[in-house]
Amino acid sequence: MSDKLSVIGKPLPKVDAWAKVTGETRFADDLLLPRLAYAKLLRAIHPHALIKSIDTAEARALPGVYAVLTAADFPGVKFGILPVSQDEEPLCGEKVRMVGDAVAAVAAVDEATAEQACNLIRVEYEPLLPIMSIEEALKQTNVRIHDYGEGPNVHRIVTYEFGDVEQAFREADHIREDVFFYEGNTHLPMEQHSAVGQATADGKLTLWTCSQNPHYLHRILAKIFNMPMSHIRVIATPVGGGFGGKCDLFQHEIAACKLALVTGRPVKVTLTREEVFYCHRGRHPVLMWIKTGVKKNGEIVGQHLRSFLDGGAYGSYGAASTFYTGVINPVSYKTPVYKYEGVRVFTNKPPGGPKRGHGTPQPRFALEVHLDKIAEELGLDPVEYRRRIAVDEWTKTANHLTVTTSALKECIDRVVEASRFREKHRKLPFGKGVGFACSAYMTGAGTAIYWNEMPHSGAMVKIDRGGGVAVYCGSIDIGQGSDSMLAYIVAEMLGIDPTDIRLVTADTDLTPVDLGSYSSRVTLMTGNAAISAARKLRTMLFDVAAQKLEVEPERLHAANRRIFVKDDPEKGMAFAEAAVLAETKYGVLAAAGGYAPPKRAGKYKGGGVGPSPTYSYTACVAEVDVDPETGEVKVPHIWIAHDIGRALNPLLAEGQTEGSVYMGLGEVLMEEQVFRKGLHKIPSMLEYKSPTTLETSEIHTILVEKDDPEGPFGAKEAGQGPLLPVIPAVVNAVYDAVGVRIDEIPITPDKVLKGLDLKAKGKPARIGPEKVPAFTWPEPIKVESAFGQPADMKITGIVK
Amino acid sequence: MNVLLALNVNGEDRQVIVPPEKTLLEVLREDMYLTGTKHGCELGECGTCTVLIDGVPVLSCLVLPIECQGQAILTVEGMAEGATLHPLQQAFAELGAAQCGYCTPGILLTAKALLDENRRPTRDEVKAALAGNLCRCTGYTKILDAVELAALRMTGARS
Repeated sequence: MSDKLSVIGKPLPKVDAWAKVTGETRFADDLLLPRLAYAKLLRAIHPHALIKSIDTAEARALPGVYAVLTAADFPGVKFGILPVSQDEEPLCGEKVRMVGDAVAAVAAVDEATAEQACNLIRVEYEPLLPIMSIEEALKQTNVRIHDYGEGPNVHRIVTYEFGDVEQAFREADHIREDVFFYEGNTHLPMEQHSAVGQATADGKLTLWTCSQNPHYLHRILAKIFNMPMSHIRVIATPVGGGFGGKCDLFQHEIAACKLALVTGRPVKVTLTREEVFYCHRGRHPVLMWIKTGVKKNGEIVGQHLRSFLDGGAYGSYGAASTFYTGVINPVSYKTPVYKYEGVRVFTNKPPGGPKRGHGTPQPRFALEVHLDKIAEELGLDPVEYRRRIAVDEWTKTANHLTVTTSALKECIDRVVEASRFREKHRKLPFGKGVGFACSAYMTGAGTAIYWNEMPHSGAMVKIDRGGGVAVYCGSIDIGQGSDSMLAYIVAEMLGIDPTDIRLVTADTDLTPVDLGSYSSRVTLMTGNAAISAARKLRTMLFDVAAQKLEVEPERLHAANRRIFVKDDPEKGMAFAEAAVLAETKYGVLAAAGGYAPPKRAGKYKGGGVGPSPTYSYTACVAEVDVDPETGEVKVPHIWIAHDIGRALNPLLAEGQTEGSVYMGLGEVLMEEQVFRKGLHKIPSMLEYKSPTTLETSEIHTILVEKDDPEGPFGAKEAGQGPLLPVIPAVVNAVYDAVGVRIDEIPITPDKVLKGLDLKAKGKPARIGPEKVPAFTWPEPIKVESAFGQPADMKITGIVK
Repeated sequence: MNVLLALNVNGEDRQVIVPPEKTLLEVLREDMYLTGTKHGCELGECGTCTVLIDGVPVLSCLVLPIECQGQAILTVEGMAEGATLHPLQQAFAELGAAQCGYCTPGILLTAKALLDENRRPTRDEVKAALAGNLCRCTGYTKILDAVELAALRMTGARS
């Protein structure tokens, strides 16, 4: 499929680039409808409290107010993005669990009036003891945040053992244990969440919202409003930055719908920046303990990881996050025996959820720093060490995940060469250093968030008589370029130009379902769906063209808006002419295609979390400059080599890689979502520090291409994986620079100074948690390790 | 009490009747429907709402339009010359400098002000000029590349 490509692999502009550079793109808050009303939500000021009463009379009486909602308007309604965590309310009725929980919603003639009305609502609270940390959540048994879970304030426990880890440790030459902490941080999309609800006289409801997964919202809204899905339309507007932060259904989206139903007007709600910080669903704070047994040469014989997730006030995607802190690590290095235990607790803070790398940057940080320490103890070169233990292609991991292709070793070689790591490591003057780390990530989750046997992605392609092509797909472009990718793939398949294609995406009334822009699934899944749909049409076009040209269809090729004979390119016809012939013979030219991932899940309970059609691999070198006077860490250069399978558009793939590196840099150096008595300490873009042009490294991106048979034209993901190794690479570089081990990120200057101070006093120069809390883990689910078993190459993704 | 304001936006004289406390950002978006100007914080922290006033980048969320009467306000909608895009717009599109595109208008205008003053800025000068504009998608790399490409083209050099 990959020979003679004319669109794939070219550095073309994004199809929506023109609208984005001219201001034409209509984001949710840019929508203006006749009779539009504006909504505001009244939010809780206590982290944990009972609601004794709500009095809305004054608010209702305020001129310009159209409607006021409270929990009484949603009797008995609970929801949550995952079927297993139905613990949220459209508006809180009896209890609030975090500052920022919405208790009332107002629609009014303008935002100022709505806000004024919110101020007139009197809520009487009875404060409860807030639970603000992992330790408190595990200890506290009298006060409960929720009345469900696996312990008083325990949301979810996950325990697995693949092989006998204690036996493995007995066979090890060397054992090391470490404890790490990864502070929570948030997505900080530039676009504040915004939604417009509209209820029309025919009884139907439409929601425009900047969502990463309109299909999931569609399903939940039908349940909340007790309406058939066919009467609800969710249109995802172009998302002004997602990074996982627009994957949940939020209270303001429900309020916009309900207020529209009640008032008969379209209703818009746009969050303030402060509200965005409280909506959150970002990186979980995770405390980790990791123990690895190795042979003298560093080969891993067994590994045991424990993770404690600070889940915040609600379930959100947290059950999945808990799994992800454990299941992906074994995909990178040969780990014959693996035990993983994870627990997610409830606290009175905004909930954690999916952020770029969902649940995996934390254990990746732990693993890569841990391995760096092991390499040093054993006198091993950190690069050669990782290269030697890199997983073999087409094998299974201990936890039954199938590795297809891996270019990890090539990534390591390329990044080490480009950065001249070997000439610098342990050789630079004090204050300067380099660090190395690797990672692996999924290219799409193997299972949907609700159980079903249907395609994960669908695409329809229609050809008109003038040669124009329309593509319909449920996927939503969140900036990653999914619209462009659809156009490139269909253009390549049909031999036309991407600019010939019109796209209709992310509209539940008009487009086939795509599960959403999460888990790095879109290029692979919608790409394969689009190939499937386009191939059906190409077969028809080649059939009629072959007849006319009097050749076998197999000899035909489509490119440059022509269909022609491969070995006699002069002999051919225009694409538009073939379209007319095909419509004459077959009727209206339209075809649909779908994709579902290969069924490779391990045959054990919970085996569905972790499998992916293929995994991407990344290697990273960071160069740092540490100021011993101020503790400030600068990262002038980052080299990153990413196993992308094939770059469908190298410009966009580089852009995803650079964006991932940047976001990882922010997480390791400065970003933290921290609270004081339930209040976010820094809910503003000024105080929540994120890298500007001045702090961002020069990023040197190397795309390593090695076609993966599961990917469209061989492609893997690029939007999340490259974030992962950046954090430990910087941490390892700081150690190389000043000899201080920072086992807790972000690496703020005070931690560096504290470490240098310890070093000067001759004490162990390490900053980080000393231990993890005592916790009685339930007996793990014991499964035989599948490590090293050959992958079943016959099981591939279903394209239908 | 509303006030009548005469504003020059993108070369056109416009009149609006608005409450005097409305910010320039709000008047542009809500009263003139020039929604190309975006908001990220409405507190002057992110640079997203940048417009040019007499060629100088300002945060429109912190400016009252009553102060801007008689001045030339330029938004992203006014960057192109008729149907011809500004070289910065062209370069941003070609090099993938706009991912989600939300910060793009503010960055384009800040970069335009830079190139109007300094025709061949160094990369560090571009970084310094854009340090007040946050972007969460790109890691800034393609943005810096695009500004450099536009500068090259605007000074007549081939690329």
